[in-house]
Amino acid sequence: MLEALDTIKTTALSELKKTSDKETLRLWYSTHLSKNSPLIESLRNLSNVAPKDRPAIGKHANQIRNILEEAYKEQTHYLHKSTASTRQKHTDLDITLPGRSVNRGRLHIATQTLRRIYTIWADMGFQIYRSREIETDELNFELLNIPLHHPARDMWDTFHTNTPGVILRTHTSPGQIHAMRANAPDPIRVILPGMCYRYEQITARSEIQFNQVEGLAIGTNIRFTDLKGTLTDFARRMFGNSTRTRFRASHFPFTEPSAEMDVECFLCSGEGCRVCKKTGWLEILGCGMVHPAVLTNGGYEPNKYTGFAFGMGPERIAMLKYGIDDIRHFWGNDLRFLEQF
Amino acid sequence: MKVPLSWLKEYIEITLDPHEIARLLTFAGLEVESINFIGLPQPDQLQNQTSIYGLKWDRKNIVVADITKVEHHPNADRLVLAQLYDGELTHTVLTGAPNLFQYKDQGKLAQPLKVAYAREGTQLYDGHNSSQELITIKRKKIRGVESYSMACSEKELGISDEHEGIIVFDSDAPKAGTPLVDYIGDAVFDIAITPNMARNLSILGVARELGALTKTPIDPPTANITISKSIQSALAMPNIEIDEPELNARFTATLIENVQIKPSPYWMQLRLRMSGMRPINNVVDVTNYVMLEMGQPLHAFDYDVLRNRSETKVPVISTRLPKSGEKIVTLDGINRNLDDFTILVADNTGALSIGGIMGGSDSEVSDDTKNVLLEAASWDLINIRQTVTSQQMQSSQAGYRFSRGVSPEIAARSNLRAAEMIRTLGNGKIIHNLIDEYPHHYVPNTVKLPIGEIQRSLGVDIPTEEVVSILIALDFTVEQKKNILHVTAPAHRLDIGIAEIGTADIIEEIARIWGFENIPETQISDLMPRQENNTLLEKEERVRDILVNLGLQEVITYRISSPETEQLLHPIENGPYVHLANPITPERSAMRRSLLSSVLECAQDNLRFQQRIALFEVGPVYLPELSSSDEQSSLPLEAQRLSIVISGQRLSLSWIDNRVDSMDYFDLKGIIDELLQAAHISDYTIDDANHPSFQPGAVAKLTIDGSQAGLFGVLHPDIASNYNLGEHLTLAADFDLMAFVDAMPDQYSSKPIPRFPAIIEDIALIVGDSITNAEVVASIVKSGGATLTKVQLFDVFRGEQVGANKKSLAYRLTYQSEVKTLTDKDAAKLRNKIVKTLQKELGAQLRSE
Ligand SMILES: [Zn+2]
Repeated sequence: MLEALDTIKTTALSELKKTSDKETLRLWYSTHLSKNSPLIESLRNLSNVAPKDRPAIGKHANQIRNILEEAYKEQTHYLHKSTASTRQKHTDLDITLPGRSVNRGRLHIATQTLRRIYTIWADMGFQIYRSREIETDELNFELLNIPLHHPARDMWDTFHTNTPGVILRTHTSPGQIHAMRANAPDPIRVILPGMCYRYEQITARSEIQFNQVEGLAIGTNIRFTDLKGTLTDFARRMFGNSTRTRFRASHFPFTEPSAEMDVECFLCSGEGCRVCKKTGWLEILGCGMVHPAVLTNGGYEPNKYTGFAFGMGPERIAMLKYGIDDIRHFWGNDLRFLEQF
Repeated sequence: MKVPLSWLKEYIEITLDPHEIARLLTFAGLEVESINFIGLPQPDQLQNQTSIYGLKWDRKNIVVADITKVEHHPNADRLVLAQLYDGELTHTVLTGAPNLFQYKDQGKLAQPLKVAYAREGTQLYDGHNSSQELITIKRKKIRGVESYSMACSEKELGISDEHEGIIVFDSDAPKAGTPLVDYIGDAVFDIAITPNMARNLSILGVARELGALTKTPIDPPTANITISKSIQSALAMPNIEIDEPELNARFTATLIENVQIKPSPYWMQLRLRMSGMRPINNVVDVTNYVMLEMGQPLHAFDYDVLRNRSETKVPVISTRLPKSGEKIVTLDGINRNLDDFTILVADNTGALSIGGIMGGSDSEVSDDTKNVLLEAASWDLINIRQTVTSQQMQSSQAGYRFSRGVSPEIAARSNLRAAEMIRTLGNGKIIHNLIDEYPHHYVPNTVKLPIGEIQRSLGVDIPTEEVVSILIALDFTVEQKKNILHVTAPAHRLDIGIAEIGTADIIEEIARIWGFENIPETQISDLMPRQENNTLLEKEERVRDILVNLGLQEVITYRISSPETEQLLHPIENGPYVHLANPITPERSAMRRSLLSSVLECAQDNLRFQQRIALFEVGPVYLPELSSSDEQSSLPLEAQRLSIVISGQRLSLSWIDNRVDSMDYFDLKGIIDELLQAAHISDYTIDDANHPSFQPGAVAKLTIDGSQAGLFGVLHPDIASNYNLGEHLTLAADFDLMAFVDAMPDQYSSKPIPRFPAIIEDIALIVGDSITNAEVVASIVKSGGATLTKVQLFDVFRGEQVGANKKSLAYRLTYQSEVKTLTDKDAAKLRNKIVKTLQKELGAQLRSE
């Protein structure tokens, strides 16, 4: 029975293709979909079928009826629209042939990631403040509470220039001092993006140059709870609305207390995978309350003002998001890599 | 810093699982990077940053056993047969362990050797493989003797890399058959210690943190020496003289006489190896052991060497700065030229050691040493750091600790503890009390903490009694006076600052122990700062977007280059550069002066794989001869530039049109035309230019608003071959981005869609070959006035029909009025005016005439 219905369908559809005007179309309808057509009759005579087969056959016949009705509508529409001449000229295009080539341009994946970060922070009222890359030791270290010969200096391997006291900035943090001195005593909410440099061997995991985005909020009422809330908002925007965060104590000379923020691994939803080393969490950024010495150096009285700061690596974020296993791809600029984004 | 759990448990009673301990420490800022489970079972998953590894020891199959007899192998000199009792049965175990050879063929041993025994079928690491490769012990015949089980080395059990011989435990090891994991099973935490936590570069320090986190009191190690009063000593203690109390706050010494130098007991060797140190002998091992335990580096001198040097007199030990040209040969065999700031331990004949970092080879403890002088001193961390850096002694554990800060208060205690251990382990005698020179005494630091400051910084209200209990658990003393806590730091807290910095330091301690996870999240309620545009960045990003829309790929290249690299592009003018004092390679030795050079390198790398490249970069170059206008200092100018490089096929291969056309000057010109238009820059000129990097006659100079924007055109073939750019033309542009940014209007006005029809007509002109399109268009636009809305060049032709030194240019002109429908008469009038002007100004003729 089911096979018979399928034969009706195949025959009807192939005959429908051959209809060329209103008349042949009407004839087709009366053959296949009128009250006396085999299909409709079979629906009417369901009572003759064994009761256990009835639902399946009824359902199948109705489906075929809908398909044929739909095809009939389409064909009516087609015959109505097209003129005789166009129907004659119609050629069979291989519609799967590739289209004419278009040269598509792209932003570098680092720029794309930076822009996403800019947008999120802009929505939260953080404006972009850029500053120079070749810096003084004073701005890069001393004013950030990292005196000469201090053990904390071990945290940064620095490129020095031939001019004593002039270095390549190791982080965008000198921008904190620039921004504070430009704004004191007004409140600040900025992000500080830009290229930084570290004296390291270039490997799959470490680069001599990398982008960093720092953030700085200063005012008379900025607290650690605000830092947690603001950064969790960022994490949700950057990694998805259900992202959870956690904060671990850490150390940076220019913040106190200092923390590392981890986000729940967005690749495995916290289940544990290769990327998060089965921990379910990814280390995303460092943060903390601005150290009183840094506030003072920036022109804010620490007993009146407080602030928080944070810093993240856009390339690291991109590596996690897109499963990039080698940081050298970023400045390698192989088009076979860049064209994937 | 590697911390075995068993060692921690000497000072703190703790029943938490290793992974729970790791979590607590990590969240409090002592990041446990890994846990090595030695024999113990591992948890499945850790919800923190810690990675776990290690070998689980089967309780039944890996046990303590007694070797009762060692016999030679009948067919192999380098193997022995050990009779071994595992608590149930006696087995014959085949081994090549050299530390058993001394017992060979001596019959039944007076005292059995306690060893680690693995039965048939046990999984262990392969001792002969340099990595950790698991193998299963199988029954096999070796040189005719059947072998099915083994006595293990530390490497085979995953304890350390040690595979020189099998483990031989101390004689007090438990009875044969005891599961090995019950005896020495352990978990070793590898903790990253941040610079502010130098106090935790010790087992005791970590125990103290754990005590505060779990509210458990800790039990620090004892530090008492047993002085033998009965024996008359022939040796006198040295005199100590401190020349520089600022650099050497304290110097303590003890003397242990008649010491037997020998290997340390197994338990100590095991702990040292689990902590990543190599056992040497009992004296050196004790100094390392106490350093790891207490955090105080110690140094042992062979006292007889000092006595010989001072001849008949009592040795005088002084700590002082070097004399000019002074040298010392240190333990690592290096003959060092001393810096004038390096503090030395010396006697009357010269330097004995570099204070706090490394001993001299002359007075080193050797196998023949009898009398040991033990030093525990304290040194200025900055000074030590300078020497460590200057002498490249970063591998010194003592230097590492002293350069991060060691409290002078622990010197005497540590010295006493170590001296007593050397006395016991070396069967020595201590006759004299400790000498203690302490000229620069530690002054306790008291910080004021107004209670409200905690809320102001953290945003959370922690009950004061909780605050006090946290601080007391960390060994601070607290005195409350009204709303101010007066907090005195314990001596080992060198990281606590003074005044408001100290206050912030204390608040950090409270937050850390209270737990960041217990601090809620809030939105910022503070005043929103004034919001402004960042016009410069916005326009820069706009330029990027335009170029991307034109089909170009953005690249970001290394900003560190070298003069040699840039010479490929600029063979003549080159420099000055911002040179790096410590480049990683010669190819990255200076900050780039040319962005185009970087993009060309990138093109070179890509052309090996691509038929078409169209690249651009926006980024800085570094010009030391110019300094930034907004800086008071004279730092180099960081000038933003824009470079474009295109080369290769215009379109990728296609079935529709499979001609392979190479891009030429006009592909680049089209991009630049569109860029200027999209940027709404109208006031610009494009003129002939000349530059050694470009092909003569095919390079143009772009001037925007009267200022030089830069050059673009066909790269000179010599330059292109410098970069191996292949057979295609390379088109390059090198612009000052600021010329664009400055000219990009903040706003511009649009025009309505024309309401009246346009009249379009074509004119073909014959002009002299030297007349440029720009000149013709300028003339047409000028005479056409507002009604002429569009001029499009659609043909350029040279040939006999036109005449020598002449060319034909055909333009499509669009006339359209905003106020009326133009008539043919209007159009003819305008056209006459245009043609007349062209004739007059440029000598042009209509081609149809
Ligand atoms: Zn994961």
